[in-house]
Amino acid sequence: MDIHEYQAKELLSGFGVNVPPGGVAYSPEQAVYVATELGGWHWAIKAQIHAGGRGKAGGVKLCRTYQEVAAAAKGMLGSVLVTAQTGPAGKAVHRLYVEKAEPYVRALYLGFVLDRKMERIRVIASAEGGVEIEELAAGRPETILQQQVDPAVGLQAFQARELAFGLGLNIKQVSQAVTTIMGCYRAFRDLDATMVEINPLVVTKDDRVIALDAKMSFDDNAMFRRPRVTEMRDAAEEDPRETQAAELGLNYVGLSGDIGCIINGAGLAMATMDVIKHAGGEPANFLDIGGGASPERVAAAFNLVLSDKNVRSILVNIFAGINRCDWVAQGVVQAAQGLRVPLIVRLAGTNVEEGRRIIAGCGLPIISADTLAEAAEKAVSASRGESQR
Amino acid sequence: MSILIDETTRVIVQGFTGDKATFHAKEMIAYGTSVVGGVTPGKGGQRHLDRPVFNTVKDAVSATGAEASIAFVPPPYAADALMEAADAGLRLVCIITDGIPSQDMMRVKRYLRRYAKAERTTLVGPNCAGIISAGRAMLGIMPGHIYIRGNVGIVSRSGTLGYEAASQMKALGIGVTTSVGIGGDPINGSSFLDHLMLFEQDPETHAVVIIGEIGGPQEAEAAKWVAENMTKPVVGYVAGLTAPKGRRMGHAGAIISAEGDSAAEKTEIMKSYGLLVAPSAAELGATTALALRKARR
Repeated sequence: MDIHEYQAKELLSGFGVNVPPGGVAYSPEQAVYVATELGGWHWAIKAQIHAGGRGKAGGVKLCRTYQEVAAAAKGMLGSVLVTAQTGPAGKAVHRLYVEKAEPYVRALYLGFVLDRKMERIRVIASAEGGVEIEELAAGRPETILQQQVDPAVGLQAFQARELAFGLGLNIKQVSQAVTTIMGCYRAFRDLDATMVEINPLVVTKDDRVIALDAKMSFDDNAMFRRPRVTEMRDAAEEDPRETQAAELGLNYVGLSGDIGCIINGAGLAMATMDVIKHAGGEPANFLDIGGGASPERVAAAFNLVLSDKNVRSILVNIFAGINRCDWVAQGVVQAAQGLRVPLIVRLAGTNVEEGRRIIAGCGLPIISADTLAEAAEKAVSASRGESQR
Repeated sequence: MSILIDETTRVIVQGFTGDKATFHAKEMIAYGTSVVGGVTPGKGGQRHLDRPVFNTVKDAVSATGAEASIAFVPPPYAADALMEAADAGLRLVCIITDGIPSQDMMRVKRYLRRYAKAERTTLVGPNCAGIISAGRAMLGIMPGHIYIRGNVGIVSRSGTLGYEAASQMKALGIGVTTSVGIGGDPINGSSFLDHLMLFEQDPETHAVVIIGEIGGPQEAEAAKWVAENMTKPVVGYVAGLTAPKGRRMGHAGAIISAEGDSAAEKTEIMKSYGLLVAPSAAELGATTALALRKARR
């Protein structure tokens, strides 16, 4: 789960991380009001979307007058921002963050990630802030400093100091940087984050160290114990079909193809999509209905897949383990009544013969397949309007 | 032989009296697994499925001589149950639970390292289908009848894709020594590599199939080890060629977030280290048949 920049800053500031003063605005009037409240001469107006690369895409504007603030806010609100990270569809801007602009002399990078190989939290820092860290890691790895956190004892102050001195900070700046690094780490640990990124972390002329931007992602599996973070979820940032699927306990990811997929198990779902592609088709979605393919789940899955108007055929691939194919088949037959697109069903596992008999004898134009390859080929030709049985 | 478990392995069930655990414990017993009891804190002294229930894993171990457990414990309590099992000295713990926080798993893995490698608990899962030694014993939730006894080892992150491989193999008359589901989470108890090492030592296993997916460095690490150490042919497959970057595909761990995470990159790495890569999931069985022919040569 992702949250907005202003939410991340609110959380981090609770852990002692220094952030510029700012406020959220949903209209140009509010933006001007926030700027007035903040005082000062310069304000940054920042589009709040769950994606990076906003600066280059026009999602961050520096304003010197209230008129400029109002104009920038008017221009951004309701617009669709296409950045390097949003994909071609972009993301609609519904909220702005108005911040007191901080002139700075240095821009650094600070990031925290869950290192899957080491099974530890890894801290990454670089003196070259404001750029994409992946590019920096690939092009000039020597500019990147790292520390690994032993989960038994947590991040130690000396590790934070090593990073801070390594960034070439002076002694005044080092103590603030250590506070920032330790604060981000504690936020990561105590809120079950999977990523914290401060890019840039800036140093001002008067030796203050400030998080100018902040990004946080969280472990969905841990949200049961993080009610405060869960409240920060912004449904407008998510695909409504994915949100609906999650409420039904299904896993759905919308894609751009035309073959709808209903499968049990995440690995089998991905593999089935690959076989479709191999056969020359394009999957419309990823959908894992979970281990137990109950008739209710199958029905919900059909509704979800059919809500995508691009779908021209549906492939159901169920490997019945614990449950039985005959039971799954009954659910499929119920859900398939009055279906407007061709349906291809491949069942495997427990009681497969009985399941196939139910599909064959139901009187609906369901196309049956025995193997994964056959199912994919039939789904591809059905999506092209080629008739078959 | 087989790896990890056989019909003599004495097994306890953690979270024994819950609905899911009860259902699967019955299946495991019917398959021939030596289930000797279970643990549900607060229900010690009762009997369940005609077997004793204990309050703690330590009690269960001292009364039954159990050496392995399967855990059906809800996510908030799972890490605690795993550390309890390790502390009680179990050799093998398999955790089926889906939805355990990553940082909890980090702590569990760190906890396991308190013990010397020779005495360390092998953890399988979480978010997995478990372990089955075909025709011998089952420590999991898989449909036992799709596995026939034979000489191929399977290690899979995905449960159902592991089933798919086993049933394609069965259709070709190819059987299995042991199939291990290592699970779909970002941090696994044990990796492809851990089980490849065991299969390499197992005389009955002639070839191994590893079934990976997008996300994480495990497949590459395993492929490198295969090239340098493995004498038996290894079939590889990575699901998720069509998966877009940055989207979580069902499994918490199935997300392309770093370089080398994609199915295309992992497939290339497997090929470069000499694994036999199945061109698609529909050809897992056929590719395994090819590997076995190679093993006989």
